[in-house]
Amino acid sequence: MNAFQGRVTAALADPTLKTAIDRTTNTARSKRAAAIAAWPEFAQARELGRDMKDHVIANMEYYLTMFEANAVKTGAKIHWARTGQEACEIVVGICKAAKAKSVTRSKSMLGEEIGLPHALEAAGIERVETDLAEHIIQLAGETPSHIIWPALHKTREQVGELFRAHHTDPGELATVEEMVSSARRNLREKFMAADVGISGANFLIADTGAICTVTNEGNAELTTTPPRVHIVTAGIEKLVPSMVEAMTMLRLLVRSATGAELTQYTTFHAGPKQPGDVDGPEEFHIVLVDAGRTTMLAEGLAEMLRCLRCGACMNHCVVYRQIGGHAYGATYPGPMGSVITPSLDGLETSQDLPRACTLNGQCHEVCPVAIPLPTLIRGWRTKAWVQGYEPLHTAWALRIWEFFALRPVLYQLASNLALRIMPLFAKGGWISKMPLAGGWTRYRDMPIPQGGSFLAQYKKRQAAK
Amino acid sequence: MKNNPPRVALFATCLVDAMRPQIGFAALALLEQVNCLVEVPMGQTCCGQPALNSGDQDGTRKIAKHNIKLLAGFDHVVVPSGSCAATIKKDYPDLFETDPVWHAKAVDLANRTYELLSYMSDIWGWRPKNVSCATTATYHDSCSGLRSLNVQAQPRAMLASVAGLEMRPLEGANVCCGFGGTFCVKYPDISNAIVAEKAAAINATGADLLLGGDLGCLMNMAGKLHRDGSKIRAFHAAEILAGMGDGPAIGETA
Ligand code: SF4
Repeated sequence: MNAFQGRVTAALADPTLKTAIDRTTNTARSKRAAAIAAWPEFAQARELGRDMKDHVIANMEYYLTMFEANAVKTGAKIHWARTGQEACEIVVGICKAAKAKSVTRSKSMLGEEIGLPHALEAAGIERVETDLAEHIIQLAGETPSHIIWPALHKTREQVGELFRAHHTDPGELATVEEMVSSARRNLREKFMAADVGISGANFLIADTGAICTVTNEGNAELTTTPPRVHIVTAGIEKLVPSMVEAMTMLRLLVRSATGAELTQYTTFHAGPKQPGDVDGPEEFHIVLVDAGRTTMLAEGLAEMLRCLRCGACMNHCVVYRQIGGHAYGATYPGPMGSVITPSLDGLETSQDLPRACTLNGQCHEVCPVAIPLPTLIRGWRTKAWVQGYEPLHTAWALRIWEFFALRPVLYQLASNLALRIMPLFAKGGWISKMPLAGGWTRYRDMPIPQGGSFLAQYKKRQAAK
Repeated sequence: MKNNPPRVALFATCLVDAMRPQIGFAALALLEQVNCLVEVPMGQTCCGQPALNSGDQDGTRKIAKHNIKLLAGFDHVVVPSGSCAATIKKDYPDLFETDPVWHAKAVDLANRTYELLSYMSDIWGWRPKNVSCATTATYHDSCSGLRSLNVQAQPRAMLASVAGLEMRPLEGANVCCGFGGTFCVKYPDISNAIVAEKAAAINATGADLLLGGDLGCLMNMAGKLHRDGSKIRAFHAAEILAGMGDGPAIGETA
């Protein structure tokens, strides 16, 4: 059993995981469906979003230059990072220059992708996660299992246990409200004491140099406003030309992610505190990260760069909903992860991800920017086949089958022979065990063939006419 | 269309050919009702989907060329499976993107190819007459037919004309059953978890029959239902529409 299969087995055997996954994703799906049903222009907006993203990706240099120039005008300092490691070094460097002992961080998948939590720890800087779910997984010493709800794999009951073990004065923790207020009491002081706040960005707005964050807990605002220094890390694909496009994308993103019309907090940050401002950071840094994005373009994955990280594809994925996010063994789970991970981590080690997919297409159907995820997933299978990664036994089975498929007479001979053998394994119409069919018959019965192929029967029937 | 009535090739698919010829005969019966001149080209084997989905594009191209040649000259090619029809209609042209000669031939074939249930309804406006099946049934939408070919309303509209048949809605009818071709044997544990959820939804309808338009998915669901001791029986919708609903269901011996 390889590592992926091992994680899958563990996930399927976990007694609470499926309950936890269903609680969140079932709600997410029905809320999204209602939001889309109440939005007659969804199809149009989706096309607009797709075209806008494609336009920006095709003119990346132009918009990056525009963003940089405008951001600098607001007083922001721009940093460029080619790799995740470079990005982490830049962030740690800024923290050290600010003599930061403690940083607050609001949830950012890019931060996870480039390994920022680890880099901060390695530098001896205390990291305080301000997003409730990130706080939970920080306490548990885990990684996110969903890009919108990082602690989706944990049940309320498990979160209660965790808080009881780690919080001071956790109280009863009988309701979600009590859990939230315990977290709030435990985190509030740290929010205020932090030297640096680190956030991601949902959009980088080229014509103003502003960045936009959306959250439901208001933690991004607490991360970015009280500390002296605010650092934004953002993938270069987050660019949009102007506020107009940001609005369209916001509508698509939020409805697809949670089914709400808008998040509780939608904040635009432009540069550091200006004279006359009541609050805001003294320093405002934006780290623009490539970390494999340009490579994805070159690998024919341009469409993947449209991704808004809304999570709809995983909420609707039959595989994700059984195995959860951790089984994917990567930063990004679900359909979008199965496209991104082979590019980020290499195909050889992640070849199971694109293969463990039924190609049912629901992810593409719900994706707010119409990313053809199944096509891209199949594209990785083609690469895996060409590079010889397909396991030998299935590769040979396929080759033998192709040999027959191209020789109809032999094919019919072989198939009618097999059709005569199969019933020997049957009991009352069904086969519950048969050599070479273990993958099927471990869990399901196989109907016995009706006897004689269709072509053979048809030929007989025609001859009798 | 050159001929009137049209010359139609029935592409039975490898699964129907081997596992359930009755679906092929049901398709023939339906096509004859709309007066098509139906032929069953003897050189047919498979559409090549297992190779395509395993990433073997060269192998798929060879099979595609074989089928393009085999099916040349027919006015229509009808396939009793949404996923195999979609392979011919959607994937064949893509496979020859860099080969203008074969690309043109693939597009030509794609334009003439139809999934059986949508063909009967969309092209011919056909509804069953004097077909009865006094029972309850539920319908699962197989993914490729649904998402690539828009097969959803047609089978339901035709089944509504079957006398005595009461259709029960299936919760999550548009959600994958976990078959996925080779997926179900490459990742049997995941596939099982998915089909177990599907089987629970089917059982919850309380219907006597499970209907669908793709034998692969039907075998997956019927096999799971049978393993779990469910009494629900499965048919391809074409079998019911052709009046074969009183015969053996999938997995039953005559
Ligand atoms: S691929 Fe599409 S559906 Fe999935 S997270 Fe990205 S934008 Fe959302």
